[in-house]
Amino acid sequence: MKAYLKHLSVYLPGKSFTNQEINEKFPGWEVDKISKITGIYNRHIAATDEFASDMAVKVAKQLFDENAIDPATIDFVILCTQNPDYFLPSTACIIQDSLNIPTSAGALDINLGSSGYIYGLGLAKGLIYAGIARNILFLTADTYSKFIHPADKSDRTIFGDAATATIVSADPGVAEILDFDFGTDGKGAENLILKRGGMRYPHTDNEEVIFDEYGNARNENYLFMNGTEIFNFTSQNVPGLVANVLAKNKYSLEDVDLFIFHQANKFMLTHLRKKIKIPDEKFYVDMEDCGNTVCSTIPIALQRAMSKTNLGKGSKVLLAGFGVGYSWGGCIVAF
Amino acid sequence: MTQQEFLAKFAAQFEETDPSTITIDTKFREIDEWSSMVVLVIIAMVDEEFSLKLTGDDIKKSTTVHDLYMIVSSKK
Repeated sequence: MKAYLKHLSVYLPGKSFTNQEINEKFPGWEVDKISKITGIYNRHIAATDEFASDMAVKVAKQLFDENAIDPATIDFVILCTQNPDYFLPSTACIIQDSLNIPTSAGALDINLGSSGYIYGLGLAKGLIYAGIARNILFLTADTYSKFIHPADKSDRTIFGDAATATIVSADPGVAEILDFDFGTDGKGAENLILKRGGMRYPHTDNEEVIFDEYGNARNENYLFMNGTEIFNFTSQNVPGLVANVLAKNKYSLEDVDLFIFHQANKFMLTHLRKKIKIPDEKFYVDMEDCGNTVCSTIPIALQRAMSKTNLGKGSKVLLAGFGVGYSWGGCIVAF
Repeated sequence: MTQQEFLAKFAAQFEETDPSTITIDTKFREIDEWSSMVVLVIIAMVDEEFSLKLTGDDIKKSTTVHDLYMIVSSKK
C-alpha cells in the first residue's frame, strides 16, 4: 500500500497589497527595510466578498481542468482552514456540493494553521492505508487578512491569502508520501490567537488597538501574534522535528535533496537553516510575492520548487510545518 | 562568554549604528535603531552565537546591555 501526491494547484487572489501601499498607509514605517528582513514584498488579499469556500472551489476547479480530473473520481474531501464560512456546517460539505463531487464521498474540515498541510497529508495517507478512500481532494484556504486589525502594520505586512488543491491518491503520482512526525504544545496557545468570536469569548465593539513595546498590536477581536515567542518556539522545536522526520524515514540530512519549510518569513527561515546546518542550495525559500499564507505556504513552495528547480525522479523532499497551536509536523515526499 | 564578547556581538547586530557608540551601560531602548525587528535579530544572535534562549520577557526586564548580559550568562 502506498499513498501518492498526484496533482497540485495554487490560487492567489487577484488583489495585491504592495509595499508602496503600505508606505502610503503607514508613512515613517519604512516597510522596505522590514522587507529586507522578512523577505516579503507583496501579498495577495481576498476580495471583501471572497471567502475560504470560494477560493477552495476556485482552486479545485482549476486543478480539475489542468489535469482532466472528473469530480466523480473523488471519494474524500479534506479542507484545512482557520477561516471557515460558518461554525456549521463544515465548509467541506459546501465545497462537495459546489464541485459536484459524489454524495458517497466523505468530507470534513480540519482547523490548523501553518502545520495544516502536513497534517492533511498524514490524514489522507491514513485514509488510503485504511482502505477508506483512494482519491482524496485535499484543499487549503485561508483569509487571515480578514482577521487582522487595519492598524496592525506588522501582521498586515506578513500575512497573505491563498488556496491550494492537492490530490492524494492510492494510484501512482508524482511523489510517494513517506513517514511523518507530529507534535503539539498548547502552552503556546496565547502567543498566536484570535481570542474573541469563538464560543468562549464573544466579539465586542472595541476597535481600539494597543501596541506593546515590540510593536505587537493587541485587540482581542483581531489576530494577535507575539513575534518573539513564536521565533523562540520555532528555534527550539524545528531542529528536533527535522531530526525526528529523518530518523523515522531512516535518512540522514545529506540524503535529502530539498527542504521546504513553512514559509513564515525569510529571517526565521535563515536562522533555522543555519541552526540545522542545511546547505543553502538545498533550502527552498520562495514567498517574496505572496507572504505568509498559513497552511498554503508549503504546497505553494512545493509547486514552485517542482517547476523552478531540478526536482525529479529520485529526489527526496523534507516538508516541515510549524506554528499556531503550537502545532508542528513534518514528512518526506519521494519523487 | 565574556562581557566584551557579548557587547561586541550585540553591537554588531545594528546596521545603521556605529558600534563604538554602544557600551555595556547603554540603555538599548534609547538606540535610535531599536525596533521590534532588532529584538528578533538579538534573540537570533544569542541563539546562534551562544546556543541560549533569550525571551521577550528577559528583554522586557532589562534596561541596559549589561542587564541582558547578566541574564544570558545566568542561563549557561
